[in-house]
Amino acid sequence: MRFSAARILKEGLTGNRGWRPHWRSPEPKPDYDIIIVGGGGHGLATAYYLARTHGLTNIAVLEKGYLGGGNVGRNTTIVRANYAMPGNTEFYSHSLKLWEGLEQDLNYNVMHSQRGVINLFHSDGQRDYAVRRANAMLIQGDDAIILDRDGVRRMLPYLDHDNARFPIYGGLYHPRGGTARHDAVAWGFARGADMRGVDLIQNCEVTGIDIEHGRVTGVQTTRGPIRAKKIGLAAAGRSSQVAAMAGLRLPIESNILQAFVTEGLKPVIDNVVTFGMGHFYISQSDKGGLVFGGDLDYYASYAARGNLPAAEHVMEAGMALMPMIGKAKVLRSWGGIVDMTPDGSPIIDKAPVDGLYLNCGWCYGGFKATPGSGHTFAHLIATDTPHEAAAGLRLDRFASGIGLMDEEGTGSQHNLH
Amino acid sequence: MRLPCPICGPRDSREFIYRGTALDRPAPDAGTEAWEEYLHLRDNPAGPIREFWYHHAGCTAWIEVTRNTATHEISDAVLAGGEGAA
Amino acid sequence: MRVKDRGRIDRESRIAFTFDGARYEGHPGDTLASALLANDVRMVGRSFKYHRPRGILTAGSAEPNALVTVGRGAEASPNERATMVELAEGLAVTSQNRWPSLGFDVLSVNDMAARFLGSGFYYKTFMWPRSFWEKVYEPAIRRAAGLGALSGQHDPADTEKGFLFCDLLVIGAGPAGLMAALVAGEAGADVILADEGFAPGGQLTGEVEDIAGQPAHAWAESTWAKLNAMPNVRCMSRTTVTGAYDQGTFGALERFPEGRGPRECFWRIAAKRSVLAAGALERAIAFRNNDRPGIMTAGAVRAYLNRWGVSSGRAVTVFANNDDAHRTARDLVAAGVSVAAVLDSRHDAPKSPDFEVIRGAQVCNTAGRKRLESVTYRTSKGEQSLMTDCLAISGGWNPAVHLTCHMNSRPVWRDDLLAFVPAPGAVPGLIPAGACNGVFATAACLADGASAAKTALRELGMTSPDVDLPDAGADAGRISPLWAVPGKGRSWLDFQNDVTVKDVKQAAQENFQSVEHMKRYTTQGMATDQGKMSNVTALAVLADATGRAIPETGTTTFRPPFSPVSIAAMGAGGRGQSFAPQRFMTSHAATVERGAPMIEAGLWYRPTYFPAPGETHWRQACDREVRYVRNAVGVADVSTLGKIDIQGPGAAALLDFVYTGLFSSLKEGRVRYGLMLREDGHVMDDGTTARLGENHYLMTTTTAAAGEVMRHLDFAKQVLRRDLDVATISVTEQWAQFAVAGPKSRDLLEDLLGTSLGGWPFMSCGPVKVGGVDGRLFRISFSGEQGWEIAVPARFGASLFDALVAKAEAIDGGMYGMEALNVLRIEKGFLTHAELHGRTTAFDLGMGRMISAKKDCIGKVMAARPGLVANSRAQLVGLKPVGEVQQLVSGAHLFREGARISPENDQGYVTSVCYSPTLGHMIGLAFLERGPDRMGDRIRMVDRTKDIETLCEVVSPVFFDPDGGRARA
Repeated sequence: MRFSAARILKEGLTGNRGWRPHWRSPEPKPDYDIIIVGGGGHGLATAYYLARTHGLTNIAVLEKGYLGGGNVGRNTTIVRANYAMPGNTEFYSHSLKLWEGLEQDLNYNVMHSQRGVINLFHSDGQRDYAVRRANAMLIQGDDAIILDRDGVRRMLPYLDHDNARFPIYGGLYHPRGGTARHDAVAWGFARGADMRGVDLIQNCEVTGIDIEHGRVTGVQTTRGPIRAKKIGLAAAGRSSQVAAMAGLRLPIESNILQAFVTEGLKPVIDNVVTFGMGHFYISQSDKGGLVFGGDLDYYASYAARGNLPAAEHVMEAGMALMPMIGKAKVLRSWGGIVDMTPDGSPIIDKAPVDGLYLNCGWCYGGFKATPGSGHTFAHLIATDTPHEAAAGLRLDRFASGIGLMDEEGTGSQHNLH
Repeated sequence: MRLPCPICGPRDSREFIYRGTALDRPAPDAGTEAWEEYLHLRDNPAGPIREFWYHHAGCTAWIEVTRNTATHEISDAVLAGGEGAA
Repeated sequence: MRVKDRGRIDRESRIAFTFDGARYEGHPGDTLASALLANDVRMVGRSFKYHRPRGILTAGSAEPNALVTVGRGAEASPNERATMVELAEGLAVTSQNRWPSLGFDVLSVNDMAARFLGSGFYYKTFMWPRSFWEKVYEPAIRRAAGLGALSGQHDPADTEKGFLFCDLLVIGAGPAGLMAALVAGEAGADVILADEGFAPGGQLTGEVEDIAGQPAHAWAESTWAKLNAMPNVRCMSRTTVTGAYDQGTFGALERFPEGRGPRECFWRIAAKRSVLAAGALERAIAFRNNDRPGIMTAGAVRAYLNRWGVSSGRAVTVFANNDDAHRTARDLVAAGVSVAAVLDSRHDAPKSPDFEVIRGAQVCNTAGRKRLESVTYRTSKGEQSLMTDCLAISGGWNPAVHLTCHMNSRPVWRDDLLAFVPAPGAVPGLIPAGACNGVFATAACLADGASAAKTALRELGMTSPDVDLPDAGADAGRISPLWAVPGKGRSWLDFQNDVTVKDVKQAAQENFQSVEHMKRYTTQGMATDQGKMSNVTALAVLADATGRAIPETGTTTFRPPFSPVSIAAMGAGGRGQSFAPQRFMTSHAATVERGAPMIEAGLWYRPTYFPAPGETHWRQACDREVRYVRNAVGVADVSTLGKIDIQGPGAAALLDFVYTGLFSSLKEGRVRYGLMLREDGHVMDDGTTARLGENHYLMTTTTAAAGEVMRHLDFAKQVLRRDLDVATISVTEQWAQFAVAGPKSRDLLEDLLGTSLGGWPFMSCGPVKVGGVDGRLFRISFSGEQGWEIAVPARFGASLFDALVAKAEAIDGGMYGMEALNVLRIEKGFLTHAELHGRTTAFDLGMGRMISAKKDCIGKVMAARPGLVANSRAQLVGLKPVGEVQQLVSGAHLFREGARISPENDQGYVTSVCYSPTLGHMIGLAFLERGPDRMGDRIRMVDRTKDIETLCEVVSPVFFDPDGGRARA
């Protein structure tokens, strides 16, 4: 069923009885060419592009819960391509290009809103790094503008420009950055994949990965064994557990990243704003809630719930940066389990088992990567060669030290990001 | 979260800095695999792990805590490398 | 309107307030909601999506409808629940989400188009043409969405935070909570009793019943007073426990009436045990047009009558599936308010002599746009209408299990209660009691509260006292399921977000059958009450639509906070300068007095430059200060650098272990430069370390990394090298230290110290007497000139600084600030965090050979990874402009001459630049691929942000005095 204004009109006039399922709920077949483990944003996008770009449709996406129930359904919805490190720069640039036009491609309104992202800086040193980063973006072909104090004041008059503990020196403005409606992204890819014949199988937890003679042959699941020629793991948050089924240990620790939303408010924040000194970023959803977040909950966890110190720190930073939000009331907080790699950057690579492919380690950055990750991971699975935009996201970079992507400069070992 | 510092007693987690999984540092000549294991690869279990915390706003002791990553239940905390530590 | 002889408000006093500009009066004891109802104001808001008229639904914190903005200007607080706002003199209240007025709202046109605005309609359209999303559709959607508005002004943020500790936290001061607190209080336990309301009693505040032979509310008040008098009990009214966290930590928001403290205080409560006595929330029933102003929960109608003396209508109808709601009719009749009928869906509903009970009746429609006018109900005899202006509905009670879900537990369905109750052990140490535990009769609540306290006391090793349970009502009432009345039209579930039964069914039809999918697709339960009023009913509707049982369908997760908390409260202390500590050098006052602009350096403040008369630009001051150092003498406070005292027989070995170089071979009285790696082989920090004695070293760190290095040393000492007998302590604050640099520095210091320094070679150190005070002198240089750093205990810092400056100025020198310091170090190719940015290696800095081959050190093994020593890495070089354009830019990238500007051709980046007054042109430090092999090559510096391209020559990073003769002079 194609979605359009005309369809809404027709259905509205006929009692909305004609709407059909966004996707089927098929029973798993005994074997597939490709199994994607994880029905989150990346897994669904991978299945979609395998079908759309590579014409492969004998594919199952296995999801232990409900589609889009992982981090694609619990994030701060930011979409941007403002990275400094080679490897990341070209990957996120590729992803942003896919975002632009995604709705028409999917025939699904994911509400991708290019409202601009502004990263504030608060010292000469931070400005110098922002300039380096802006140049990396511009050289990549993306957009970046360095705003001075007055430029920030004009765009964001509500910030505490006059009495901040860490004064605002300026900002790195990325006009093509913005937000998207997170759930819709998962649903749009799911619908697109399903429409092309991919089986999306919910409530199907993978409990084992079958390997014969160094090559994958299928998976064991709570709904029985399923054979497959190739298996792609896209289970961020649980990557270590899934990889362990294939005997792999990953350079990943799981942490909690919290996010918060306030009660609905009339439009007051038009862009995405990030605070360079306080681990705080904020935007306003189309529904009116202020959506914001900050730093990790700083310890390994699978609890999928946030702690109080991190929550309070985020809000203190919010008050430091933009005291006008003081009377907004936080409605809900949640915590996603994120795969943290030593250098804070992701992995899309072949695993050291034939037919097994890894998509993990998304740290803070998974949502914006969704189309890029799906697209390049599909390329890797379909062709057995890395897509050029994701060639830097190698698994062996930690062992070799080649091509580390430590955006924050805090190190390439665990718990520093 | 509240952590039982062996020196100071139960204290709010705000007083601590986290380092992560408690592992033994390999010998300099242990080989690249041992070092890769030490610095990068993790079991990353959803269950009990032993990990290092630093009581920076207290006694500045490094402590070794046994904590369940799924429930945050803490079953043990001793001075790092000290009596009773693994 | 008010009813005589009912309620506990102070009718003698009057409080004036305004609502949308109109003036009204209420009484002390009123909430805004009770005062509005007393003034017969029925419509107080508009719904989110269809802008339908909305009235007051409840009398509690779960209120989804009556959201208003309270206050004006910067004080305006949006989305306040009228049911929780205490009436205060002069309260200015405005309605929300309507334009131009509450009565006439243009966007109520949405209601007419509702058939086109069903579940998820926005995912299916607004896609063409592409550019219209940001330009047309989204701005229109954003303007229409949202509830109240922020003022846009800085919030005064009169909020605070604090910590509290107790043996037992009791959440809720209803019958169960009061009883639990009483038992624990009398046992001598430290108790905190927190209740979100401003009067104790919970549900009892609105009921007509007796406890211990007195009115229940009076028993609650006297018990509260008794608890308040106990020194070991802290009674906190107006305090909402917002979240349950690990190891018995809770968040709680305390609100204060105007003028009695801060606006709000956010508490972190560490409780050894807790009792959750949060009560239960009455739920609605879904039927056609069940959302009109005048349709309220039955319990709320009762509470407005009994507590506030307000009748919510002239002719009230009750519609319920349970016995409890009949009390509403009973109390109204007793107060002389007309009850049109009690419509009970059950065929065996109890009859009453005082009011008409129509059994087997279901309301199937209502009329009255801005206030309820009539209801239509259906019985086996057909449909009939009743004129009524208030419909009190009750679909039963949902235990307030929310806090028990905050640590991921899911509540358990009980078919006998038609409700979810807390799962056992949901939150470690938390014991649910009373209605939130599925125990509804008052007597049973009292017993459950006492029993919960006894359990907690036993676990705490305390003895329970004998406390008599007071007499109270033992009837919990019966209930039969009724979630949604079948029929045409729209039946509301989520009143605020306008989610109807149809929406849930459509979601199921579109295969959004998981409860989380349904929630996200329809926005059911995502309103400001987090679904408190509607989730269970919606779940039942979804279960029905998908042919599953309720427990099989599951629940969505309740997340903190229990009810919304202002960012100002949880972020208290973040505003302005208090966001982070401020650290001041001992020379701060003198520096500020000289007019130096101060900048943040970590948590410290340091001077940028010292303006002199006649100078109009900072560069003039900077150049002058550089010349002081190059030609005479300059003085700078360097106390912000971290100083770590290291003592013990193992001190030398510890330093050998944390530094790349050897420090055990350093002679006493000498100083050495050290490079410190993280275990990942990248440079972490650098600095000089002095050997003050055989087993005594003093390490300096950079300002920013002082804390991190201290932690690193403690880790090395306590964990990695327990074999070493060594102690470390930070002495950064204990010593004030000043750089004295320049050709005349020795003259100055000899004059100051009254002794010859001829025997002090470069990189020496030792004790000195400074005006009779024991100080330390180090001959080190961060400027390339003959340099010293002199240190005294911090309390003498200010006077030493003044003395040094006076002496320097007398010999054509003076103070220098960060700008000059930076120029001096760039001229010499010395490093700061611009170069030591966490991704560089010793190899990149040309210091690969500083990693001693003779020993292990932290980071050594990983620093040898192939990627960290590859010659293709960008390595430190100097840049000198050689073309027409002379400007260099930090953050610019480097390209070969003639190469296309593209990522593949990107060869490096610039880290530090300055104008060198010594050399007369700009200079820069940069990292360039294969840099050291390319000395003398030309390279193009490109800054795309300002469109600057500069042709440069690759030169040594040491621009000035390359053989270092001046420092050794």
